[in-house]
Amino acid sequence: MSKPKFVYVTYIRTTPEKLWAALTDPQTIKKFWFGMTAEFEAKAGSPWRLKFEDGRTADSGEILEAAPGKRLVIRWRNEFKPELTAEGWSRCAMEIETADYYPDFGGKAVKLTITHELEGEGTKFIDAVSGGWPKVLSNLKSLLETGDVAFQK
Amino acid sequence: MVDIAKFKPGTVYVTYIATTPEQVWQALTDGAFSQQYFFGFRVEVEPRQGGAFRLLYPDGRVHAHGEVAVWDPPRRFASTWTIEGMGEFGELPECLVTYDIDPSGESVKVTMTEGHSWDIPDAILAGGRSGWPAVMSSLKSVLETGKPLSIANEGPPPGMVEAVKRAVAEKPWLKSATAGSR
Repeated sequence: MSKPKFVYVTYIRTTPEKLWAALTDPQTIKKFWFGMTAEFEAKAGSPWRLKFEDGRTADSGEILEAAPGKRLVIRWRNEFKPELTAEGWSRCAMEIETADYYPDFGGKAVKLTITHELEGEGTKFIDAVSGGWPKVLSNLKSLLETGDVAFQK
Repeated sequence: MVDIAKFKPGTVYVTYIATTPEQVWQALTDGAFSQQYFFGFRVEVEPRQGGAFRLLYPDGRVHAHGEVAVWDPPRRFASTWTIEGMGEFGELPECLVTYDIDPSGESVKVTMTEGHSWDIPDAILAGGRSGWPAVMSSLKSVLETGKPLSIANEGPPPGMVEAVKRAVAEKPWLKSATAGSR
């Protein structure tokens, strides 16, 4: 039986390098992730933490893999909703690929795939991230393509 | 009339777009607009419940046809789809594609739901799951920047054609229809 997971794919008009920078730079993350502060180094073994604007920890974990321009994998646990914390650890992989495109349109795009999988059993954590990722990733795409996010909250 | 209750969500894709519900509605139902972001496909739709729906290749051949199940501008557009010109694909039961358009703060939430009336295998759902993110990403780009992404349509993913042939040979939807409640 497969583990509970959420998969989301988005295509963004940008380069793998710019997308990687956006996913790993705290100032940029704050813009597209509704003011959240990310604390981590983009290298395997680094502690990872997401904080609300008021300083409370939202999520914490560890960087499992960091391949610049290609893949960022985070071991991740919710820290602010007890029923989600109770479901334990998850694994979030962010994978960057160059998408094929019609050259005559000149619309070069980068494919970003988010796979967020729970290590154990449960449905609440995956339900929660299923609602959150489309908002965060829609904002990320808007920020990279237009310089501004789609919405603030 | 289409019985929309018989279709269960198989694939759901959500995106938030900095635009208006009216703009999203036009993009989803206007042929010239859809050609920009939908792999060059042209939507042709009779603007009423029960009207005809078609999706045309850039050269005019029909890719899919169906019936308008919900026409509720600018909030909800749903139509059935049957694929044409791809062999056995056309013998699968029709699916239902629903777009829900909901204002969300300064943006618009667009939810695409591909619904099926039978226990469809993942290998067949894989086709839509590879295509919809490209279509919806390009839709968002067109509405926000005026420029589509025009991502190449890669065709059926590995294993999908075989899964369709198997399903058409075995017709599991006939069994589930006669088995009644489990």
